[in-house]
Amino acid sequence: MKEILILAYKLLVNDKGKYTALLVGTVFSVFLIVQMTSSFAGILTKASATVINVGASIWVMDPSATNSVMGSIPMPDYVLDAVRSINGVKYAVPLYSGAALLKLHDGTYQAVTVLGLDDASLVGRPELIEGNIEDIFAENGFIAVKDEEFYKLKNPKLGTEFELNDHRGVIVGIATVPTGALYGTPTLFTTYNRAIQYIPSLRFTSSYILVEPKRPSDIVTIKQQVAQLGYVALTNSEFQQGISNYLKYQTGIGTNTLLMTVISFIVGLSISGQTFYTFILENLEHFGALKAMGAKGRDLVYMILFQAAFTSLVGYGLGIGLSTLLITAAKLRLPEYASRVTYANLGFAFLLVLIIASISSYAGIRRVLRVEPFDIFRG
Amino acid sequence: MAEAAIMAEELNKWFGAEEARTYAVRDASFEAYWGEMLYIVGPSGSGKTTLLSMISGILRPNSGTVRIDHHELWSLPDNQIADFRLNTIGFVFQDYHLFPRLTTAENVAIPLVLQRRPWKEALRAAARYLEVVGLSDKADLPPSKLSGGEQQRVAIARAIVHEPRILVFDEPTASLDGETGRKIVSFVKNEVLNPNRCILIITHDSRIFEYSNRIMSMEDGRITGFQQKDLYEAREA
Repeated sequence: MKEILILAYKLLVNDKGKYTALLVGTVFSVFLIVQMTSSFAGILTKASATVINVGASIWVMDPSATNSVMGSIPMPDYVLDAVRSINGVKYAVPLYSGAALLKLHDGTYQAVTVLGLDDASLVGRPELIEGNIEDIFAENGFIAVKDEEFYKLKNPKLGTEFELNDHRGVIVGIATVPTGALYGTPTLFTTYNRAIQYIPSLRFTSSYILVEPKRPSDIVTIKQQVAQLGYVALTNSEFQQGISNYLKYQTGIGTNTLLMTVISFIVGLSISGQTFYTFILENLEHFGALKAMGAKGRDLVYMILFQAAFTSLVGYGLGIGLSTLLITAAKLRLPEYASRVTYANLGFAFLLVLIIASISSYAGIRRVLRVEPFDIFRG
Repeated sequence: MAEAAIMAEELNKWFGAEEARTYAVRDASFEAYWGEMLYIVGPSGSGKTTLLSMISGILRPNSGTVRIDHHELWSLPDNQIADFRLNTIGFVFQDYHLFPRLTTAENVAIPLVLQRRPWKEALRAAARYLEVVGLSDKADLPPSKLSGGEQQRVAIARAIVHEPRILVFDEPTASLDGETGRKIVSFVKNEVLNPNRCILIITHDSRIFEYSNRIMSMEDGRITGFQQKDLYEAREA
């Protein structure tokens, strides 16, 4: 078998023009597919940035606010007490999430997202790279997140001051978070009480209640009890999934991405499929000669499948490499570029490439199996 | 009497159905012997290629039998017929059908590769046979760099590299000038033919008739006769 495949390999790669055209088709297709799906994955991840960064196990919220952290609906304080009283809750704390407008030290204004952490526990606090977490309790203390949007705060240092609704604010810590935000605004952490004090609020102030169950098995009970209160409790992954589903199915982003991915697939299939079929047609007499010499149908099928698979895998590798290179280069120039190559993207692109290879080789195999050695023999 | 390598009996091949049926070969019976170089001659459309295709296992006859080395060829399943072709028959096609993307040595090695012989071993054997046909210095060149005569010799090396007992040539001199054609056929007669091998050659080229042992004529799908003295009858006499 190995020898037959070596023969197939040589027939393929020695035809440099065709082989290059085949690779270009596959690389182009994989490149577009990975670009599309990675951008979408990046958007989905960034849309769930707060959920990922705060990292609470369970989020309690208004049932109408499951689509986005930015669209939170404040809950009355009794909900916090009621949740704390549920059997299986280890602890429950409020989280404030809201938008504010900062007046920076140079006099310019900048929209920010402010997250107010429970004063007693600071559950959901970020990892500091400068400053001490205790300083968040200092007068006017805020922690700035050093993500892609950090520069919009004019790259503050410890002690940098700003104004928020005529309140003085001071940067007392610089933090890092796993994921930057989607909406292009810098993020500040402070205490819950300072947040509701500085930022104009409605009657109710708890955007979310962060819950830690005693045991994983308590999650079901907690969800049921919260539902009886008229609210919804989502695990971290459920909340992320809800945000993703919203973007996928209730905005145009998912449809657009899907359409572009399908178009990329069709373009790749057209180029690779057509080129591969032409390659087979041009080699039809050689396949016929092999058949006349004694090659069996299955030998020729293995050869064609190998040629299609080899081209696809090399094209896939090059396409992934090219995509990754471009995404990396783009991120160096545009830090807020929302693109993320995930294993799921790679798997999806691989699946599509396999489909391209299968369809391309199927057409070729059908043609080769129909070749009569007699036609070759009689010229 | 020499032993028959090939026994064809009442071979018929037609194309089309019912009223549109056209006979390509009709009631063809003949024998070819080990150590013999048998020419098949006749005008275009006389059924030479069709007959040779049925003898060599690439075209199934509508009726009749072909026995090669005591094996009833067309009673075998398709896969075994392919194996039979691979192991017993060497083909030299009219257009050579060399693979332009492979080197000369790789072209010659193809039958061994199809026999699942290791690639390097196949190339070593190919090199030996290229030496036999006098092209050992062209082993790494693609066929396009060779002259017509050299390409023909590569095709011959490919046909004999797996040491088949029967060789089938279709118009071996059609693309060659007279001098080169005679050299090639002379080489085949002197170096390739041996007592354990039978060679069938389709040709129109009367310049190479002198190298044959027998010449079988065909016309309108029928065998019309044999020319020249049968070698084996001559030997026995």
